[in-house]
Amino acid sequence: MSGQTPALRLEGIVKTFPGVRALDDVSFDVLPGEVHALMGENGAGKSTLMKVLGGIYQPDAGRIFVGEEPVVMTSPLQAKGLGIVFIHQELSLAEELTVAENVFLGELPRKSFGRVDWARLHARTDEILGKLRVGFDARARVGDLSVANQQMVEIARALTVDAKAVIFDEPTASLTDAEKVVLFDVIADLRRDGVGIIYISHRMEEIFRITDRISVLRDGQHRGTVKTAETDEEAVTQLMIGRKLDLSRNVSHHELGDVALEVRNLSCGELFQDVTFEVRRGEVVGFYGLVGAGRTEIAETLFGLRDPSAGEIRLDGEAVRIHSPHDAIARGISLVPEDRKGQGLVLGMNCRDNMTLPQVDDLKAGPFVADGAEIAIFDQYRDRLDIRTPGWKQQVGNLSGGNQQKIVLGKWLSMHPSVLIVDEPTRGIDVGSKAEIHNLIRDLAAQGYAVIVISSEMPEVLHVSDRIVAMFSGRVNRTFTSDEVTEDNLIQAISGLSNDKVA
Amino acid sequence: MAAALSRENIVGFLARQGILVAFALFIIGFTIANDRFLDPDNVLGVIRSSAILGMMALGVTFVVISGNLDLSVGSMMSFSTIVVLDLHDKIGPTLAIPAMFGMTLALGAFIGFLVGYLKLNSLIVTLGMLSAIHGLTLTYSGGKNMDIDDKAGTWFDVFGQGEIVGIPVPILIFALLAAILGIALAKTPFGRKVYAVGGNGTAATFSGIRRARVVFTCYLISAFCVATAGLIQAGRSLGSQNTVGQGMELEVLAAVILGGASLMGGAGTIFRTVIGVLILGFIQNGLLLVGLQFYVQYVVTWIIIILAVWLDIAGKRGRLWSPIA
Repeated sequence: MSGQTPALRLEGIVKTFPGVRALDDVSFDVLPGEVHALMGENGAGKSTLMKVLGGIYQPDAGRIFVGEEPVVMTSPLQAKGLGIVFIHQELSLAEELTVAENVFLGELPRKSFGRVDWARLHARTDEILGKLRVGFDARARVGDLSVANQQMVEIARALTVDAKAVIFDEPTASLTDAEKVVLFDVIADLRRDGVGIIYISHRMEEIFRITDRISVLRDGQHRGTVKTAETDEEAVTQLMIGRKLDLSRNVSHHELGDVALEVRNLSCGELFQDVTFEVRRGEVVGFYGLVGAGRTEIAETLFGLRDPSAGEIRLDGEAVRIHSPHDAIARGISLVPEDRKGQGLVLGMNCRDNMTLPQVDDLKAGPFVADGAEIAIFDQYRDRLDIRTPGWKQQVGNLSGGNQQKIVLGKWLSMHPSVLIVDEPTRGIDVGSKAEIHNLIRDLAAQGYAVIVISSEMPEVLHVSDRIVAMFSGRVNRTFTSDEVTEDNLIQAISGLSNDKVA
Repeated sequence: MAAALSRENIVGFLARQGILVAFALFIIGFTIANDRFLDPDNVLGVIRSSAILGMMALGVTFVVISGNLDLSVGSMMSFSTIVVLDLHDKIGPTLAIPAMFGMTLALGAFIGFLVGYLKLNSLIVTLGMLSAIHGLTLTYSGGKNMDIDDKAGTWFDVFGQGEIVGIPVPILIFALLAAILGIALAKTPFGRKVYAVGGNGTAATFSGIRRARVVFTCYLISAFCVATAGLIQAGRSLGSQNTVGQGMELEVLAAVILGGASLMGGAGTIFRTVIGVLILGFIQNGLLLVGLQFYVQYVVTWIIIILAVWLDIAGKRGRLWSPIA
């Protein structure tokens, strides 16, 4: 492949923000027909690099080449005109419009008098959809499609231009395994057509499955580019975090305490039925199941966001009724919610205020919020969780995903809950932070917290849980101890197969 | 620090402090145009005539930061004024004042209940209340103007016309209210919760904040400010039309937005609202002093608001114009 002109090349890119050197002399290229992974922890500079590439930021130094041509990027639209197309993690589709209208948004084919040429629009869209081998057509309303199919619409949009390079930013974050296979086929097709592909992801397994080269950023610097065939996960991880990572499985070595939370025959309408389980102090109970199996809904019920239709919740042996998060918190239940930005944080607020929000009524000096006490709490959890931020005044919205999640964790740990529920603790978070959060969860159990971890990632559940509750379609299908669980029987249990069900 | 004067920094500075810069420029401009502008009597006069609007803006700041609107304050102020004038003659000023506050707070509680607990859209609720309270006022007064019978024999005019150590009472009350509410918003747990509810109501709920209660309280605060404004208005002339507060809701909102409170909620301060109020007041005064017609102020006010809103979003995206929202 050497000697070929790259489809896209960034050379010596420097970008500084007040107080931060976000990109420090970063060079990167992608050849036609190559899949080049861009990896790095959150905050390593990946997003900044892509924003420079899309013209959202102007670099302080460095140049961008499309083919042989040096270019100055001013907007994502201009980049698209040059054949550089972005497919974002967060979708930007008009849900009320049809697939065809979305795909050709802003450039609908016209007939005379400016009328839209619907026949041509639908034909061209169906042609592109045909390449993608999807199960919907040009006339479908985007809002009716699954998230995976919406992602396909984004990709179809990219294919309307003669793309030279396509950037996939965490494309599989919300896809099922089957849907991923389709996506990888599409990527294979693109590469066969000579398109250069930049693939940003935290998921090693995918990186090793589909990429040709891997480039790693750390602290805004380019730490190396390696051929995928000549490296392994450990080496790449080490490049990313600058140290070795302990991925060994964690099993509890401490004594379990009393039952902190006991749930008996809990039901909530159609969402889940007859759910029974208990969590002891010092124990991590993992909830695993497909999306829609009712896991998050159980957490929301325990946290007072939903009223149960039947059943009983006992805390330390006492039957309780929880009508609101306010009640739940007063009873010592904390929930680290699934949607960090939507439910976990007030993005426009600073780090400290976010962290102390649930206890702001208790941190008083006279009628006022006690500044010093607040800063003390922030400092304590910043150190304990290794939160990287210039200071407590920083707006949470400016932090990387991993650091944001740590703020949410700090917020709930500082409440010293007796039951801590963590829903998708590491969604969209880099490997380094992920391992830190897993270790933290184990530490918490060792300190006597009763912890519930809800996750869609099997390795995560297997890694942190003492026991695993497998859910299928709103019911507990089986409960495993860490000794009896295997990947196989866990998958069977969440798919509704229960031939070896144990009472 | 070569980066100190980069374009992004300048835009950022303008967006953060643009309102103060604009204020300074106006003061300088009007001072050059007319040497009476900075005369102490003129300055005091402007602040005094802004005090009623200002008090209402203080309360509305809470409502706006909590992510809602209050368009009912104008007609609610008419209501307070008419009620206190009427009760003055019926039960005497000492009882009339608490009675009027009670009735105004009841209106605020009703709005707070609808918006906070029933979660109805605040624009619809308060626009409806604008009209409903106007009707209530007219019903109460029978459509007539309200006057105190014995204007010479009451101490009630102290609220509108009194002075303490040379400073007009309306200014003192405005300053006191601004100080108390400013500290409440910036320093107390309640203030923190107002920002959280407006910044991200869902996250606030997930943090155990009782959102309905916070919104409800904001409307109570707004009603309290309106009642105080009504008291001053009544004391100023000891008589009033039914429509004395008409149209003020938009001026109040303009002052709050000028001060930089976000209509999306979650941002704004009392101090900046006070600046917004003063800017409106001084601009209106300055335009008159330089000899422009009174009506011009409506156009100029609008232009300034547009500029303020533009700078606000420009600051958030880091440039003056952007192809993406």
